[in-house]
Amino acid sequence: MERHLDENLTELKTNLLNMGAMVQKCISDSIESLKTLDTSKAKEVIECDEKIDKCELKIDEQCLDLLVLKQPVAVDFRFVTMVMKITNDLERIADLAVDISERVLELSGKPHLKPLIDIPKLTVIAQKMLEDALTSFINQDAELAKEVILRDTEANHLRDLIQEELIKDFIVKDSNSVTRAIPLLLIARHLERICDHTTNIAEYIIYMVEAKIVKHRSSEL
Amino acid sequence: MAKNILETQDLKAYFGNKQILKGINLAFLSNTVTAIIGPSGCGKSTFIRSINRINDLIPNFRIEGNIIFNDQDIHDKNVDEVDLRRKVGMVFQRPNPFPKSIYDNIAYGFNIYGIKDKYTIDAAVENSLKKVALWEEVKNNLSQNALTLSGGQQQRLCFARALAIEPEVLLLDEPCSAIDPISTAKIEELIHQLKKNYTIIIVTHNMQQAARVSDYTAFFLLGELIEFGKTDGIFTAPKDKRTEAYITGRFG
Repeated sequence: MERHLDENLTELKTNLLNMGAMVQKCISDSIESLKTLDTSKAKEVIECDEKIDKCELKIDEQCLDLLVLKQPVAVDFRFVTMVMKITNDLERIADLAVDISERVLELSGKPHLKPLIDIPKLTVIAQKMLEDALTSFINQDAELAKEVILRDTEANHLRDLIQEELIKDFIVKDSNSVTRAIPLLLIARHLERICDHTTNIAEYIIYMVEAKIVKHRSSEL
Repeated sequence: MAKNILETQDLKAYFGNKQILKGINLAFLSNTVTAIIGPSGCGKSTFIRSINRINDLIPNFRIEGNIIFNDQDIHDKNVDEVDLRRKVGMVFQRPNPFPKSIYDNIAYGFNIYGIKDKYTIDAAVENSLKKVALWEEVKNNLSQNALTLSGGQQQRLCFARALAIEPEVLLLDEPCSAIDPISTAKIEELIHQLKKNYTIIIVTHNMQQAARVSDYTAFFLLGELIEFGKTDGIFTAPKDKRTEAYITGRFG
């Protein structure tokens, strides 16, 4: 039976995916600005944050309206409530892209300490995790969401390597490198946090699809 | 400790050749509210009407399987139907007070059971009207004809009438479907209060009502029990696709 609610849910899905695409662009632009130390691109990311905040509010409002007016249950309830949580994490990811861009502004005018190798690698992991999380949302694919969660360990490991290298090879050895090393260290941390928020999103999608709570229980996956 | 006050075992019911219930196994914990939901014709009313043997009054009605109430099969020869219905009270879809005074509606059960002590009956009338939050509204007009009350008040009077004779189980067959939202809210609040002392089984077409008032939910379809479980589980993550399709409005 065709339901009016289905139209609402489709609209919600579209809005969430649009927000997801905007957040993906913020991440890629922020890292692009890091590679080239392009401050105008970094500023674009910072300005885009407001649009993403508005998206979050709009989607939250839609979800609240649906909850109170349509009183969805079962799979519909899980979908609406998890979309509310996903928007929250997407907005936090956009904030982290802004944080990366702010670090880029701090680095501008100075050459890179060293060629960027591991930060782009960590970026690829973060971008792929988010892309797969959004794909798992589109296809309601819990298996893909589980794969996303498992990849977070790799991101943590890479962040540790980056931190270790920056501290051992630069900060400890040469105090003049600190102003350029600390922003890179923070960027690695921001990227790893993006992976954490993406992991949350994947966990919400598993609840949405399978009604299983996997948050804080990733060892059971 | 909570125990199963009532249990049906492979309960089958027939009207003539037509099978309405196809082997229902359900247990009801004391002091809980269980909602029975399902599309029209799924057998939910037949099920609760079997529990106090009201269906027995219908010609061609036949039952197989067991209904165990307080460890005894209700179809045992030594079970008195009238006594069973005292312990298993019922409130119906439409308010059906007797065309008598408010007082007499509640006192009626006592007359049936031969209790004549006025003090006992007066106390029971007041207590049961208080339990259903009707006392303050009618205490000065107890001799008024019950049919002059509003629909919501009449339904609460029917609850009071059922409660006056101290049942253990209360069967509610869509008790709010013919009354306004404010009265519905009062009755839902009442169900919540009554749970402390009674075991309640409610048939309802209103899914939100089932979610609001019950601890457990049973979903019936075409005479079968499809799913039974805690209400929060049924409404957030039903296990059976048919339950999900029904409660989300995809069929039925």
